[in-house]
Order: sequence, then structure tokens, then C-alpha cells
Amino acid sequence: MDICSSTIHELATAYRNGDTDPVAATETFLERIERINPSLNAYIRITADTALARAKEAKKRLVNNDATTLTGIPLGIKDLMCTRGITTTCGSKILEHFVPPYNATVIERLAGQGAVMLGKTNMDEFAMGSSTESSYFGPTRNPHNTDYIPGGSSGGSAAAVAADLCCAALGSDTGGSIRQPASYTGIVGLKPTYGLVSRYGLVAFASSLDQIGPMTKDVRDAAILFSAIAGHDKRDSTSLEVDIPDYTEFLDRGVQGLRVGVPKEYFGEGLDEEVEGRVMEMVKTLEGGGAKIIDVSIPRTEHALAAYYIIAPSEASSNLARYDGVRYGFRDTRPKDSLIDMFRRSRSGGFGPEVKRRIMLGTYALSAGYYDAYYKKALQVRRLLSDDLEAAFAKVDVIACPAAPTPAYKIGEKLEDPLSMYLGDVYTVTANLAGIPGMSVPAGLNSQGLPIGVQLLAKPLGEEHIFRSAYYLEQNRPHHTPKPSL
Amino acid sequence: MSDKAAKITKNEVLYVSRLARLDLTDTETERMTDNINDILSYMEKLGEVDTTNVPPMTHAIPKENVMRPDAVVPFTDTSEILANAPESKNTLFKVPKVIE
Repeated sequence: MDICSSTIHELATAYRNGDTDPVAATETFLERIERINPSLNAYIRITADTALARAKEAKKRLVNNDATTLTGIPLGIKDLMCTRGITTTCGSKILEHFVPPYNATVIERLAGQGAVMLGKTNMDEFAMGSSTESSYFGPTRNPHNTDYIPGGSSGGSAAAVAADLCCAALGSDTGGSIRQPASYTGIVGLKPTYGLVSRYGLVAFASSLDQIGPMTKDVRDAAILFSAIAGHDKRDSTSLEVDIPDYTEFLDRGVQGLRVGVPKEYFGEGLDEEVEGRVMEMVKTLEGGGAKIIDVSIPRTEHALAAYYIIAPSEASSNLARYDGVRYGFRDTRPKDSLIDMFRRSRSGGFGPEVKRRIMLGTYALSAGYYDAYYKKALQVRRLLSDDLEAAFAKVDVIACPAAPTPAYKIGEKLEDPLSMYLGDVYTVTANLAGIPGMSVPAGLNSQGLPIGVQLLAKPLGEEHIFRSAYYLEQNRPHHTPKPSL
Repeated sequence: MSDKAAKITKNEVLYVSRLARLDLTDTETERMTDNINDILSYMEKLGEVDTTNVPPMTHAIPKENVMRPDAVVPFTDTSEILANAPESKNTLFKVPKVIE
């Protein structure tokens, strides 16, 4: 068997059947990472020793019949989830040497199941960006064509999954950072309902929008990984107290009678023709499975992006105030510096250009005189958008639309023009503003061989409908997304 | 938010950078002014939306009054936390002199 291209469920079956074991699989992945990672820069840090130690423990658990599906499964973890004793940088110079004294809740949960972390994956600095070019540790490259970005900010996790440098990975999504890179690299990425996955130990960007989610090779794996990390956590006051089902049970229920909405606002100006074509093929596929296709409207879509790029930087400017060089992180101080001088020098030397830009935007939007015109206005538009979605989900179970207006672009293409990069998030930010779940599922390649994803949205806690339709699409889609040749 | 002129001047950018505790070089200030102007011009779209009497929405899923018992929990990992400090002495974080 080809270990590295296996899904979680395939590898778990292979373990049970004795075809391979966690130690052998982990070694195989580590060898592949050593060979392939230099050309992709998907991982910032490879934790080989810890991984092998965990793999040995997992092997014992399998022998003792104390295993779950995730026991011994090698995973990549986006480098903004705190890992006890293992450097966690958030893609930033300011945290280059930060070693968390605790684990994020998701890390604890995965460790509890015996999963193996292979390393920490690259990302846009503080998850700010749509291309993984703003990382202090250099850009990640798209495995399908290394001249292209893999998407961001979970680009390292996406590239690692697409290039078989792990079985699956965790990413985080503040305005599309799981779904957009999943779409650009041809994998499955789920941003769950806000509050379903604990944010404890996740380095905060915009707290009312951030959500951790799975990035996987197929829909079943997304259900497995999501079921493992979701659930109430008393250490996160925004964590929802709801029962978490086994999401794999929804997969093969088909789409007969499912109401699928197609929002006209997502198919207008700026949408690449090939993306539109692939997405509409997927809509047809759902219809072929007995789903009912319904035209819907989300009138405030057009304003969602502007609201997002006020709200996210505002929250970021507040969250990132804690980086002052006092308790952790980079410090730059000169003789005779006052405390404030030290704050300023440390922050200016530690943050990269995109992070500074967003701190500035947020500080401006929250400052006296502009608060009402920008921040408050954005929050009001957020409410209207949320109302739009509620009205749409009264008529449909799932919304199908593109994950991004175009396929991946070339490295460097949008670096000088942040606004043009922000415009690429136009189809994803809605889910974060309203807290609803969204998933990107591969829909094939464009004529240049770059992946395209279809996005499925549902109402809060409507993951069941997403999994049903995503799995149906995966089984019946007309175009497959072949593995990148590396 | 309706005039087509520059949304933010270079001086305002410098003022905001002081609020944000960031030192910008001359080149950074120029670029930041241009970038923020571009972005704020795009934000003018928000002005098109009538938001009269619309309550602001601060959180996606409303939850209120999440409390935990007021209980004393032993704090044990002082040394691990201090290990991340750029400078420390005994059990304290060390910073430049604050009081003359």
C-alpha cells in the first residue's frame, strides 16, 4: 500500500489488519517530508522525535485494542495552535522562539486519541493573508504548480495534505483560511459552526470569527477529524454546549429531497468562467441525486467583504496589543529606552507588513471619531447579512457556490496590492461573519491544471447537510482532482 | 464616508501608528497611507447600506453570562512561563525603568 497517499480511514484499516503500523507509517511520512518539504515549505517545523515517540505509544494502544480511528494517524498542525514544549510561531518573527507551556484543547483531544503530530505547518503571519506569502518563514508553494500560491492562511496545512506530507491537518478559518486554500490545492476543508471547536490555545486573530477545522483528503476524513475535535470546552467562553454526533453517520444518507440554494450574488462579476462551470456541474450533480435546486438571494453579499475587513482588523488590533515584548516574544530595546519605546521597537521589529497594515486599519476604525462610521456600521451590516442568510436558510438546507472567484494565482502577483488580495475572500467571509459552517470540496481542475473547489454552506449547526451533500458530490462528481505530481 | 478625496492623510497615519505603538519608517508610512486609502475607499460601500435602527452584531452565536465558580486553583508553571520572557529576574518580568 502507498502509506502517504492514504486517508485516515484507509490507514486506520491498514493498522487494524496489520498491513502496517504507526511507527512504520510515521517513518515513511517523515522520509517523504524530508524529500518534498524543501520545495514546498509546507512545514515550518518537523517534530520527528516527538512523532516517533507518539507512534510507539500508538502502536502499543493498537496491540492492546485501545485504539480509535485516529490512533497512530500522522497529522500536520497549523502553527497557531499551542503545543506544549514545541515552538509555536504563528508565522511571525515576534513569536519565533515562543514555547507554549500548555496545549490547545484541540491538541489535547487529538493526543488523547493517540494521533501523531508530524510538525507545525506554515501560515500567513498571524493568519492574516490569503496566500501564505506573509509568513516570516517564507511562502508555501502550491503542490499542483510550485509557481503558484497554495492559498492562505492555512496554506501550509493545505499543501501538506495535497502533497501527501501528512494524512490530514488542522487549519483555522477567520475569513476563509481553511476553505480557500482547500479549494486552491484540491482537498476538503471545513470551517465549522462558530463555537463548535474550542479556541483555547489558538493564537487569536479575530476572536468572534476564528474557528479551527479539519483539512483532509476526503469527506469521510473531515467527518472523522471534526467529530474528534468538536465539543464543549469550559476554558473557551464562546464554546457551545451541544451534543456532538458522529458526523460519519450522515455521509451516505444521499441528497434525495435536500433543498440546495444557488445564490445569484455569487455568480456575478469577477467570477472566473471555468470556476463557474465546475461549480455548476456540481450543482447539477446534486440535482441528479434528487436534490431540489432553488434560486436564492443574499442581497448583502456585496457588503460582507467591506464589513469583514473592518471587523477582523479591529479585533486583531485589540488581540495583538498583547505583543509588547514584556512576557514573551521578540524584544528590541536600546539603552535609555522607556517602557513605551521598548513596546514600539519590539512591535515594529517583530510584526511583518501585512500584520502592521491590519493593526493600523483596526486602530483607525476603532479610534474616536471613526468608530461609528466604520466599526459600528460594519457590525450593523453584519447583522443584516446574518438576517439575509437566515431568510435563505428558511428555504434551503445547503447553499452551493464557489469557494473563491478564481483559482490560485502566481506567487508575488498580489503582494503590492493588498486590496486585490482581500477581494479574493468575497465568497468566504460571509460564513465567518454569520458563524455558519462552510466546506470546500474539490470540483476538478481548470485548463491550466489548477484545482477548483465548490463551497457548501449551511445554517448554524447544519453540518449534517454539508456532509451529506459533500459526500454525495465526492462519490458522483464528473471531474476528479488528480494528485499533484511531485 | 462619501467624498472621493483621500480618506486618510499621512499625518493621520502617523497619529494612528502612535496609538498602535508602531514605529513606521518613511517608506512604510507612504505605502501604508496609499494602502489604507485604497482599502477605505472600498469600505465606502458600507455607506450604501441603510442601517437605521439596526442593532450591531458583535458575535455570531449569542451567548451570555458565561461564568465559572470563583475557586482558587494552584498555579504551578511559573518557571515555564518565565522561560518565554525576554528578560526576567527571580519570578518577575524585567522591563526598562518605568519610574525615574
